[in-house]
Amino acid sequence: MIVTSGWYLTLAAVLFVIGAIGLLVRRNALIMFMAIELMLNAVNLTFVAAGHRIGTLDGQVAVFFVLVVAAAEVAVGLAIIVAVFRQRRTASVDELSDLRG
Amino acid sequence: MVDAVLFVIVATTAVAGALGVVMARNPVYSAMGLLATMFSLAVAYVVHLAHFVAFVQVIVYAGAVMTLFLFVIMLIGVDRSEDTSESLPAQRLLVILLTGLIAGIAGILFFAVGFEWVGPDPASLSPSGTIEALSTELFAGWLLPVLSTALLLTISAVGALTLAYFRPTRRTP
Repeated sequence: MIVTSGWYLTLAAVLFVIGAIGLLVRRNALIMFMAIELMLNAVNLTFVAAGHRIGTLDGQVAVFFVLVVAAAEVAVGLAIIVAVFRQRRTASVDELSDLRG
Repeated sequence: MVDAVLFVIVATTAVAGALGVVMARNPVYSAMGLLATMFSLAVAYVVHLAHFVAFVQVIVYAGAVMTLFLFVIMLIGVDRSEDTSESLPAQRLLVILLTGLIAGIAGILFFAVGFEWVGPDPASLSPSGTIEALSTELFAGWLLPVLSTALLLTISAVGALTLAYFRPTRRTP
């Protein structure tokens, strides 16, 4: 049985959809953040599998940049969550519906 | 054959971890599920000869990012249970419809329309993503973006410090 790139692309699609469902269903800001990380990881797997199939390194270059942006995003996003939590004593996005600080 | 066994192991671990992220009630369990997914994806990267990316996946994602997540979970507290009632009407139904739509479109594309890769299959002679090969690629063609990422990381670190350091005076509710 030969494993083609399509198998890994399908796995990435499944992971992406699970992450999207988690982002839409959960209310805890931390869990939503983790779902976003899951979606980013799925896209990274797509880049690597497709780049390997086409025979270039461009996919891995793209993954490198995605990783850097994700790391920056996590740092700032978690700082925002902590700042909001100190102000409001909650991490649920449903309770953060008004715009004033 | 080894490929197939490896794929099954990687896929089951990754999907189980992903489901754990979405369904776990305790945020720490969610983080552990994400960790399992990240490690199995690192294995998948090694299968695709992306050695450097696999290293970075383990060090940056499984190491740094997940540690940060666990620290924040610890700061915020894990004992508060999430309210599971839905305040937005029809949100669950819309989620089911949306995922069904995505899966339907993907299935139609995959099975009915189908797609073909451009050119023959060069996967056997695909370049190996070692540190040397990838750094040559990065610094030859992507020098300015690489330097921009350094700037981006510095700015985000300063931003995170600023957000965490200056605490506003608490409003009296």
